[in-house]
Amino acid sequence: MLHIYCPHCAEYREEDEFHCAGQAHIARPLDPEACSDQEWGEYLFFRKNPRGLHHELWVHAAGCRKFFNMTRDTQSYEIKEVYKIGEQPSVVAE
Amino acid sequence: MSDLNNMTAAESAATKAAVMNQVPGPEIEGQSPLHHADLASLAKQGPKTGGIHLREQKLLGHLTLRCNAENAEQLAAVERVLGVALPLQPLTSTENGNYSIRWMSPDEWLILVPGLETFDIETKFRDEMPGHYSLVNSSGGSTVLELSGENVVDLLKKATPVDLHSKSFPVGKVVSTLFAKSTATIRRTGEQRFELVIRRSFSDYLWLWLQDASLEFGLVVEA
Ligand SMILES: [Zn+2]
Repeated sequence: MLHIYCPHCAEYREEDEFHCAGQAHIARPLDPEACSDQEWGEYLFFRKNPRGLHHELWVHAAGCRKFFNMTRDTQSYEIKEVYKIGEQPSVVAE
Repeated sequence: MSDLNNMTAAESAATKAAVMNQVPGPEIEGQSPLHHADLASLAKQGPKTGGIHLREQKLLGHLTLRCNAENAEQLAAVERVLGVALPLQPLTSTENGNYSIRWMSPDEWLILVPGLETFDIETKFRDEMPGHYSLVNSSGGSTVLELSGENVVDLLKKATPVDLHSKSFPVGKVVSTLFAKSTATIRRTGEQRFELVIRRSFSDYLWLWLQDASLEFGLVVEA
């Protein structure tokens, strides 16, 4: 069970209250009409699956219902940091 | 188009949403989501002593306010309407007599008021609030249970993963969390007194669950 710090509620809560919403920092193409099928397909369907540091989007579903970002080690499950939407991670893979 | 966040009171009044009174007047008997449980009779006939006391605060006005916590004009308007400031610190609440405000998220608050005052307060908000905001009457969607008694913390521990120790859950704190596989917004109103805002559709389930969970302590229903 992960013990997760919600940056909006400013306290730790049980993992049960949260949902992971997949990879973070996926930018929607500014001009979708101009995308090739491959570019659009990669934006919609292709996600990273790293062994190690991963930036994820989480939502405090049973609490404040706000989204935030989390940097997590997929191997050890260690949470390196949480940060709000619009912010950049300070812990990044080399 | 004018900037929604920088409208004067007159400009925002011109864009006013249609407001209608969704709560029937005193001439029509209101029925809470726990009407069928007939808590009034249970209060008369049931046990008078026990570790858990339960009371439904039924038919209150529930208003969900969403606005900008950094907009001083909006904060002042709320204070003019309710006579108390919005709680800006996460997980806190404020109250003024029968009006109480719960922090729900950085831009959302739940305001509880006496049921028959709901429409007046909504109308005042429409007159006073400047800029871009939302006020929704969600009275029909939830009800409020008040739990108290010497075993109240023991009971809540069975239902929710939050830390209920008074060091981390002092009087006045509000958390929205899981409660017995459903969800609830829990506010501590006294050392051994809590207020639960629960969903209408889960109210019967939670009523059954609370009866079961409080068997070992003894449940006293209060009217
Ligand atoms: Zn939260």
